[in-house]
Amino acid sequence: MKVLVCVSNVPDTTTKITFTDQNTQFNTAGVQFILNPYDEIALARAIELCEGGNGSVTVINVGEASSEPTIRKALAIGADDAVRVNSAPRDAYFVSYQIAQYAKENNFDLILTGRESIDYNGSQVAAMIGEFLDIPSVSIIKKLDVSDNNATIHREIEGGKEMLSVPLPLVVSCAEGVAEPKIPNMRGIMSARTKPLQVVEPKEIEKISEFKSFETPAPRGTVTMIDAGDTEKLVSLLHSEAKVI
Amino acid sequence: MSVLVYVENADGRFKKSIFEVVSYAKSVADKLNTNLTAISVGDVSNDELSNLGKYGAAKVLKVSNERLKTFVNQAYASIIADAAKRENATVVVLANSFTGKGLAPRIAVKLQSGLADSAVELPEIDNGKFIVKKTAFSGKAFAHIELTSEIKIIALNPNSYQINEVGGEADVEDFQPQANESDFKTMVKEIVRAADKVSLPEAELVVSAGRGMKGPENWGMIEELANVLGAATACSKPVSDAGWRPHEEHVGQTGIAVSPNLYIAIGISGAIQHLAGVSSSKTIVVINKDPEAPFFKVADYGIVGDAFEIVPKLTEAIKAYKAHA
Ligand SMILES: Cc1cc2nc3c(=O)[nH]c(=O)nc-3n(C[C@H](O)[C@H](O)[C@H](O)COP(=O)(O)OP(=O)(O)OC[C@H]3O[C@@H](n4cnc5c(N)ncnc54)[C@H](O)[C@@H]3O)c2cc1C
Ligand SMILES: Nc1ncnc2c1ncn2[C@@H]1O[C@H](COP(=O)(O)O)[C@@H](O)[C@H]1O
Repeated sequence: MKVLVCVSNVPDTTTKITFTDQNTQFNTAGVQFILNPYDEIALARAIELCEGGNGSVTVINVGEASSEPTIRKALAIGADDAVRVNSAPRDAYFVSYQIAQYAKENNFDLILTGRESIDYNGSQVAAMIGEFLDIPSVSIIKKLDVSDNNATIHREIEGGKEMLSVPLPLVVSCAEGVAEPKIPNMRGIMSARTKPLQVVEPKEIEKISEFKSFETPAPRGTVTMIDAGDTEKLVSLLHSEAKVI
Repeated sequence: MSVLVYVENADGRFKKSIFEVVSYAKSVADKLNTNLTAISVGDVSNDELSNLGKYGAAKVLKVSNERLKTFVNQAYASIIADAAKRENATVVVLANSFTGKGLAPRIAVKLQSGLADSAVELPEIDNGKFIVKKTAFSGKAFAHIELTSEIKIIALNPNSYQINEVGGEADVEDFQPQANESDFKTMVKEIVRAADKVSLPEAELVVSAGRGMKGPENWGMIEELANVLGAATACSKPVSDAGWRPHEEHVGQTGIAVSPNLYIAIGISGAIQHLAGVSSSKTIVVINKDPEAPFFKVADYGIVGDAFEIVPKLTEAIKAYKAHA
């Protein structure tokens, strides 16, 4: 089985988000970039599914050379080889198109993404790849098993879950539950340096959206502290002041 | 020209979040001086459909077909894209629900249209520009995204737009979609819905608890508080990692982002990753025994004290309030 895992390079979760150039650019000064936490889950499941010579795992990233440490991390965790499409990730449409083009030429049985990237988080890439390739996609899955060219999937829905059966080839976006992230061991880290990392140039596609500006949420007013013994007061404020009950 | 809204049903009924989506789409249509058409796929009664007129839909396209009873995202995407073309829609609106997230990107590719997911406000439409405000950086920021394609798609976050009752009944028309055989590869085997539980992403009230609760055996009081309020329950990441609570309750940057009217955080310290997912809540109440807990900095109301004493008392106080209300 050939598995492709899409990985994005995102600001560390502790990053305080700020913007520059009149709020048009994300301020990357001092920001540590990491492998998107959901992609770690997708990668871990891909490795599990291919264990014991049962297949190979390729990771793909659409990004500039600065995302190579993140790609190497994915190789250290256990991917066999990697591809970087050499372009800043313009938006999900652009990213998905690049990944779909690569996948078309290389026939993967299964393509995994994370549920969302924690920066621009659109939860779009998986379903867009599916549409570009005209194959099924299932977004935000919690469980994935594969046998005989068929996947059994649990997908989250509001207030419950859905069990699906889908033939390969298939694209899924992975949430918690699909696998536990794997921590690279020493051997993985050593071998990651020599595993193949191919760089390919992007293909042109029309632009249909553009991030114009950003803002951070307005700070909240000051907190009203309430005496521990006085829960009645809290209830009355929630009713009369906040008007939420 | 028109605006098309996809109305997703749950077991044949529309939820509150769908009325929000229809109200939002109606406001978009008003801004564009055009009409709102809704499209429904699956088994929904005509009464339920014509009731969408109340929120501004002039017409509802009804697709009912045995094979389309359950959600098959490829087929649904084909149908909605087809309807958008036939109705000459310039804007397509849907809910940014679990289902919407699987659907909207496929429609966007089919129609080559820009997609604003996680929208929180009406678009700014000005001089031919179409700009939508959406959440970004997992709730730590907002982005203004311009959609430059001919057709624009917006997926609206739950609890982001007021429901407006503006009209009467909508006309219900049968719609015969063109479906491709290759759209039906996905088979839904089973759907499990916990009937008595409030769904977290859409909840208006949320009671959330963290490691301060010490262990899963202490969640009874959290559930009871949620019950008397009619709230959904949530938790911090370490709590679901430890298996005290299911993963789908984990809120935060790497969990679900919520924006309820009321978020009550009990025994949660308020780490930046947790705050990211809850900061757009309208009112935040924090109960923590540590007066220095960072969560108090973003709270509207705070109580310093032991959750094991305060939570049962708060539950009693709410019961008393409800008995009088
Ligand atoms: C990559 C990454 C992603 C992450 N994503 C998320 C995320 O999405 N969501 C998330 O929640 N976290 C996330 N975290 C974890 C986050 O950094 C914190 O560790 C976590 O939120 C802390 O959970 P907590 O507040 O329940 O526990 P703690 O930090 O242990 O806090 C427990 C709190 O309970 C209080 N307390 C203890 N006993 C009582 C009592 N009897 N009564 C009242 N209060 C009491 C304490 O004063 C303390 O403030 C992430 C971390 C990383 C590294
Ligand atoms: N630049 C990128 N390169 C490769 N994969 C990406 C990129 N951006 C996003 N993805 C994948 O798509 C998933 C969903 O991202 P998004 O649609 O941006 O929320 C991520 O978890 C990644 O698996």
